[in-house]
Order: sequence, then C-alpha cells, then structure tokens
Amino acid sequence: MSPNPPKKEYTRKDFTSDQEVRWCPGCGDYAILAAMQRTLPSLGSTPENTVFISGIGCSSRFPYYMNTYGFHTIHGRAPAIATGLKLANPELDVWVVTGDGDGLSIGGNHLLHVLRRNIDLQIMLFNNQIYGLTKGQYSPTSQVGKVTPSSPLGSIDQPIVPARFALGACATFVARSFDTSKKLPDALRAAREHKGASFIEILQNCPVFNDGIFDLITDRKTGPSCQLWLENGQPMKFGANGEKGLRLSPQTLSLEVVTIGEDGITEEDIVVHDETNASLAWMLTDLPEVVALGVIYRQPGPVYDQSVQAQRELAEVRFGEPDLHALLRQGHTWTVS
Amino acid sequence: METSAAARVQPSPRETLDSVVIRFAGDSGDGMQLTGSQFTTATADAGNDLATFPDFPAEIRAPAGTTYGVSGYQIHFASRNVQTPGDAPDVLVAMNPAALKVNAEVLKPGGLLVVNSGAFSANNLKKAGYEINPLEDGSLDRFRVLALDVTKMTLAAVKDVGLGSKEANRCKNMWTLGLMYWLFGREREQTVGWLKNKFAKRPKIAEANIAALNAGHIYGENAELPHGISAYEVPAANLAPGEYRNISGNEATAWGLVTGARLAGLEVMYGSYPITPASSLLHNLARLKHFGVTTFQAEDEIAAVASAVGASFGGSIGVTGTSGPGVALKSEAIGLAIIAELPLVIVNVQRGGPSTGLPTKTEQSDLNQAVLGRNGDAPLAVLAAATPGDCYYMAIEAIRIAVKYMTPVILLTDGYLANSAEPWPLPDLDALRPFPVEFHKDPEGFHPFLRDGNTLARAWAIPGTPELQHRIGGLEKHRDTGHISYDPRNHHLMTKIRHQKVAGIARDIERAKVDQGEGEGDLLVVGWGSTYGSISAAVRVVRSQGHHVSHLHLRNIWPLPEGLNGLLRSFNSVLVPELNYGQLVKLLRAEYLVDAESLTRVTGQPFRIGGLIEAIEERLQRSAT
Repeated sequence: MSPNPPKKEYTRKDFTSDQEVRWCPGCGDYAILAAMQRTLPSLGSTPENTVFISGIGCSSRFPYYMNTYGFHTIHGRAPAIATGLKLANPELDVWVVTGDGDGLSIGGNHLLHVLRRNIDLQIMLFNNQIYGLTKGQYSPTSQVGKVTPSSPLGSIDQPIVPARFALGACATFVARSFDTSKKLPDALRAAREHKGASFIEILQNCPVFNDGIFDLITDRKTGPSCQLWLENGQPMKFGANGEKGLRLSPQTLSLEVVTIGEDGITEEDIVVHDETNASLAWMLTDLPEVVALGVIYRQPGPVYDQSVQAQRELAEVRFGEPDLHALLRQGHTWTVS
Repeated sequence: METSAAARVQPSPRETLDSVVIRFAGDSGDGMQLTGSQFTTATADAGNDLATFPDFPAEIRAPAGTTYGVSGYQIHFASRNVQTPGDAPDVLVAMNPAALKVNAEVLKPGGLLVVNSGAFSANNLKKAGYEINPLEDGSLDRFRVLALDVTKMTLAAVKDVGLGSKEANRCKNMWTLGLMYWLFGREREQTVGWLKNKFAKRPKIAEANIAALNAGHIYGENAELPHGISAYEVPAANLAPGEYRNISGNEATAWGLVTGARLAGLEVMYGSYPITPASSLLHNLARLKHFGVTTFQAEDEIAAVASAVGASFGGSIGVTGTSGPGVALKSEAIGLAIIAELPLVIVNVQRGGPSTGLPTKTEQSDLNQAVLGRNGDAPLAVLAAATPGDCYYMAIEAIRIAVKYMTPVILLTDGYLANSAEPWPLPDLDALRPFPVEFHKDPEGFHPFLRDGNTLARAWAIPGTPELQHRIGGLEKHRDTGHISYDPRNHHLMTKIRHQKVAGIARDIERAKVDQGEGEGDLLVVGWGSTYGSISAAVRVVRSQGHHVSHLHLRNIWPLPEGLNGLLRSFNSVLVPELNYGQLVKLLRAEYLVDAESLTRVTGQPFRIGGLIEAIEERLQRSAT
C-alpha cells in the first residue's frame, strides 16, 4: 500500500521535478517549460501517466525538469522510441520534445513516419533556427546566409518550414506558437485533445547563438502586425486594430495581405479560417509579412495505436485463445514410437 | 495399358542405402524450394533423420536459364543420425543446363544425375555457357545419367486438365518430385493433400500438379531404368520416441520469443525492418498477434530498435530482429539500452558481409560486432544458437537473461539456421520453468538505479506506476540517485557495475562442458553457432579413428561460461573452426591467453565435414611431430 495515495487535484508543483534547470539564462525553453507545468494540471493529466520522450539537444533536456516519467534518448530517435512506448501502453499520455536539428535533420525520417502513422502523442518542436548544444552551427531551419562557425560565408542550405514538413507528412494536427506567448497553453491543450499525432512548432529564442531571430514576431510593439492568430470559422485578420487580413488572390492562387478599407477591401474579402482545409493550411505555413499562429490544421484520422489494438482484437476473434501447444503443432507433425 | 504393364513387370528389389544426399537445382522460378521442402516432409514421414540446406540467389527472379538464377535445395537423410545437409550430393536433379553447370562440380563421381533434357535447348545451353551440349559430349560420363524430357512428359500428363502452356509447364517440378518419390520410396499422400490445400481456390492447378506428381511416379514404376540405376530404400532412423515436426531456425526463434515472453508474463513488441535473411521472423510473429505480440514494421533499422527500447521502457519485452548491416545501424540505440539498463533482445540472423555482402549466404562474421561493436565500454550478453531447433530454446534464454539482468541480449543465428530444416522433437511446455517479471512498485527509497544485490539488475518501474516517476536516458547517471552525473568517480564505478552485471551472468548459465569426447586430450575443437552439425560429425569420424579429440560448442559467447579456461588448458592444442576470418579465436586468446588456432572458411557455405576432418588430422599430425 502506497503511503501517499494519489491526489485528485494536481498543481504546477506536482509536475515540477526537483532538478535544477540548466538552460542558459534567457533561454526560451524556460517559458515553454513553465507553460507546460502550468497547463498539464488543467488537462486532467496525472504525473504517473504522463511521459516526456526527447532526443538530443538543448530542448531535449526538457524531461528532466518534469516530475513525470521521462526518457532522454538519442539524437533524432525520440519519435520512434515514443512509438514503441505507445504500442506497449496506449493508455499513457506521451509527449515528444525535439528541436529543429533533432527533429528535422538527424531525425527527419522518424518525424515523417510518426506523423503519417498518426500515433496518438504530442510532438513539440522547439525551433530556434540554430544548433545550440554544439555551439552555434546552422540548422535545417536557419535562413540562407546565416553566418555560423560552420558557415563562415553564410549558410547556403535552403531552410525547411517545420509546419510545412508536418503537413507534407500527412499530419492530422499542426499548430504554431512561440515560447513567451500567453496563448502557448491553448496550443498545448488543443494538441493534447487531438486524437492522433499532434505537431506544435514553437518558435524559441536562443539568446546565446541566435538571439532575437524572432523579435519582430514576439516583440510587444511589432508583434501585433506580424502575428496572425488563427481561429476556426473566423476571418483571418491581424494588426494592432485588426485592420489587416488575408485575401485569396485568384490570379496567383495564394494568400495576400490586404488592409480593410483600402482599395475597396471590405471584411467580406477576408478568408475565413477552416482548420480542416489542407490547401489553406499549406498556404498558411509560409506567408509574406506575417506568421500564422494557433491551430493551422486539424482533421481527425485513423489513429495508429487504436488500429493496432483493433487488429489484435480481430486476431483474438479469428484465431481464438492463444495455445502454444497447438502453435508448435501447426502444419505437419509425426510420432516416432 | 499402364496398369497392365506395371502388373507384368515385377518390381525389382530396392537397393538399401544408409544415407543419401540429394540436391534439387533449377531456375529461381522452377519451384525448387517447394520441391525440396515437400521431399523433406515426405522423408520425415518415412522416419529418416534429416537436415536440409536451401541455397538460393539474392535475385527474386533472375533472367530464366542463367547460372546466377539457379536455386538449390539440398537434403541429407539417413537411417542413422544426421547432423548436416551433407558435403557432396549423391543425387543431383538439374532442371536446366544452368543448374547442371553450377552444380555438376559438386556431384560425387558415380553420383546419380537426373536432368530434364527437354530444357537443354540451344538457347538455354548458350545462356548457361555451354558451347556443346554436355548430354552429348561425354563430359558427364563420370556420373550415372538419367536424362528425361520432363517438360514433354509433364505437358502430356496435364494435357487433359486444360491449362495454358505456361501453367502446364510449371508442373515440371511435381513430375520430378513424383519420380524422386518413387526412386526413394516416399509416399505421395502428404504432398497431394498439400497441393489440394494450397490451390484450394484454383482446383485446376491442384489437379494438374497432382497429375504431374502421379505421372512422374508412374514413370518410375514402369520405365526400364538405365543400367546401374535402381530404386532405393533408406530405412527409418532410430530417432528417440516422441512427437516431431520439421522446423527452420526463424520459425523456432519466433516461437521461442513468444514462449519466452509468456514465461516472463510479458507482451512482445517486435520492431523490425525487412532484411534478408531475417524477414521471416517478422512474418512469423505478425501472425501471432493473439499471443500478445505486437509487430511494428518500422521505417528503418534504427526506428525498429528504438521502438523496441521504447516498448521495454513501457513494460513489454522489446525485441528487434535483423542481420549484420541492420545491427550496425542499431548500435547507438543498443548502447542506449545498455546505459539506461533496459531489457532488449536483438536477433541477428547473420549473413555474408561486410556491407551488403552476400545477403542470401550464411556466415558467422558478426561475433566481433555483437561482443564489441559499440561506442564506449558497452557490455551486453551474446548468445548463439547451434541448430534450427536450438533457436527456440536460445530465444527463450535471451528473454530470460534480458529481463532478469535488465540488459540487451544479442542472439546470433545465421542464414543457414534460418532456412534449414531438421526434425525437431516438440518441447514439453510444462517442463519449461517460468520466470515471471515483477515490476517495481514500492516508492520507499526508490530511484531508477536501485539494484538487486545479487544480479545487480536495476529496478524496472514502468510509466503508469504511481509515485515512481523518474527520468532515464543516455547521459551517465549517479549510482545512488539516478540523476545526471559528471562525477569522474561515479562514471568509473557505473562502468564497472555495468561490466560486473553482465559478467555475473556467467554464474547463471551452464558451465562449459565438452559436447563429445573426454575433458582432456590432444585436441579440443571449439565451435559456436550453426557449425555444430559439421564439427560434431567431423569429430565423430576422427574419434572413431582413435584420436583423442573432443568437441566443445559455445552457446554463450558473452559472458563466456565458467570452467572454459580449465577445459582449454586440458588439451595439448585448441582448434577454432569458424565461418569468418577468425573472431571467436581472438576472443578466446584475449580472455584466456591460450594458444588457440583458427580454422576459417568464408565462402557463404557451411563447413564441409571432409574439410574439417582434414584440418583436424593435419593439426594432430603437426602436434605429433
């Protein structure tokens, strides 16, 4: 008998481990950690049924700071390890923590497959557009021209847009937020509530090797004109007073930024967000002038771990009680007397 | 007509043989593997002991008639104990010129050569590289040749069924099988039933194949065979009483994994990526979902092992199966399971290497990789199965060690074991001792590296257990808290503990003992893995000549069993035959400072008994002088 029976009401403290957090001062990861610790109690999660699986990199230290089960694994492989864990115990609430290098370079293959299989877990990709733990080399999301120790004349790699990668991999849930956003818990909650693989790209500042890369988006002053917060069923407007919006250009079949009241543009011209529209989602992942935030795409689909369970049940119906004795005798046997 | 002819001719008495080796050879598409396995089943039914060796090309359907598309199936059966598929065949069945070209070299002089002369067209001869038809130039005079137009006789036999010519032509193998059944006195009933079942939805195909099978048999009954060729009898062997089946290594491994998991009280999560010659493990396990088996065809070898590690973290027994190149990709994740101290079973069905090497050929060249092939000081347990049936018991043992010691275990089998079949006495399931896993549940004083004082295994507490939340990972952890630790003394200590834990398994396995012969003498032959049969047979021969030679066969490669050092030192010399360039021999020399000598063969084929006997005799002569 356990001396401390499980509590019914959990608080942030229950999800906070006793380990000293060792990210650099000012790292965006602190804000994400705090948001997670604050949000989990309100999701009905329990520490013992929650598992954080990470790969390698700054972001992947995350599990050590959560008072849940955790597995800090090897570079890029967290989605595959999380897949095995979900197959062993589908009841667990599994979160994968990865970064732009871990998830999109060395682990790109696993990220692709965990998304297309639609395993019921949440993937947080901390995107700081740089390799932090190896001291500042360019990453697969770094902009062209980025000067780093391994690209002294500027990076010549074309960057990948994480949310676009996820959509290409047939993800059923794609959201985007940023480290210090007050709305980050909303994205975490929506991801958790979605059945299947939920992908959240979190723009995250690296104060040491890539400081200020998202300032334009996250700054209080410039932010409102760069942040497009998506709401399903609502016109996609942004700007300090909601004066700007997205209109579909029939000529280019792309979304363009327009100002309501100018050039005869009215509210009617602004496209309404539809989370289930994959074409719209694709356009939203990479917009001119503005960054789409919130739930970009959400469409229920067959959940892998549920299908695995269904096949096991089908096998039990079709083949009956497992009988080792009969298994060893299937096919042809003979007796020597 | 035919029945009256048969009634007229009195069946000549069958010549009794002690043992026979037959090789069936033909195009990849000729169905030689099916023919061989049907002959095997009929032979098991006849009560012979047997061993088989399928030998097929990597190409799925190489261009017809070419030498590189030749597929072979060898069976050795006898009225006595059989340990190998045999060195040189006594009988070669060659379905086309290419099959003859590839295999004529190995057929014993005076051996029986059955050829389908109907396939010896100018075009096929050219494709096989024959300038002159070997059936006509006297080059086969050293054999007893039975050249028959199997194609023509098959088409005649199945004519009434009304198949297309392509499908009719495909029945050639059954015609040949029917003739071989008659020559060696095997029964047809089992094959007839098998054909009816296999082609239940295509009754015409079943009918044609059965007609061809019967026609081949009737041909044997009636035909006047050339001088020197008669029908044979191979009396039943004196097998131990009991219930038997034929089993291949990969079947045995799959069933052993299922059995082992049940003995542990766990479910199996088998993560795998298709690779020759391990894929049939995945196929076998995928059919056993109702036994608490989840199979996961991963996106690559790394994901396959990673999913198994994740499953073990979650409280299943994570298993991954592959071959050498796959193990190379998995090695980082195996290291993770070593430092996180999670149970994991890795089955390596070895094949010719390095790199892609010889995918369909057998080899034992991954021993170094298994014992040593990881970054850091990364010990784990390594087991090796000796025979196809032994794969069953070694798979159980792999799970037992993995869960008892919280360690990865590599089980080495190989392409020969995977595909070969042998009569297997069915195990007494009630005699297998359960080893139920008890997950840690007590929060009192818990940390993830709490250890069992005896086995040194760490506590296995699985997610979902209240109040035991903890974090593990690839970073070194502190011995007393489980927290990340860069303390130099702690790392030294943890390295030592990991080493001692695996070394301690030696106390929990069978002591080293000779398999054949005395515990001291002139020469100890030390083998491991699938060479068991050939070494055993060779040692039996030299012992019968009066030599003081013994055979020791290792099933535990790491840790090595206790008592091995003393045994190695009780012989004047030690010979280590391996199908690699000398790997176990280096391990023995390094561990025991013993002057063990290597005998290597890296041809993608099993040892020939004759070759082993020569090597042993040569070694004995050298010591004597």
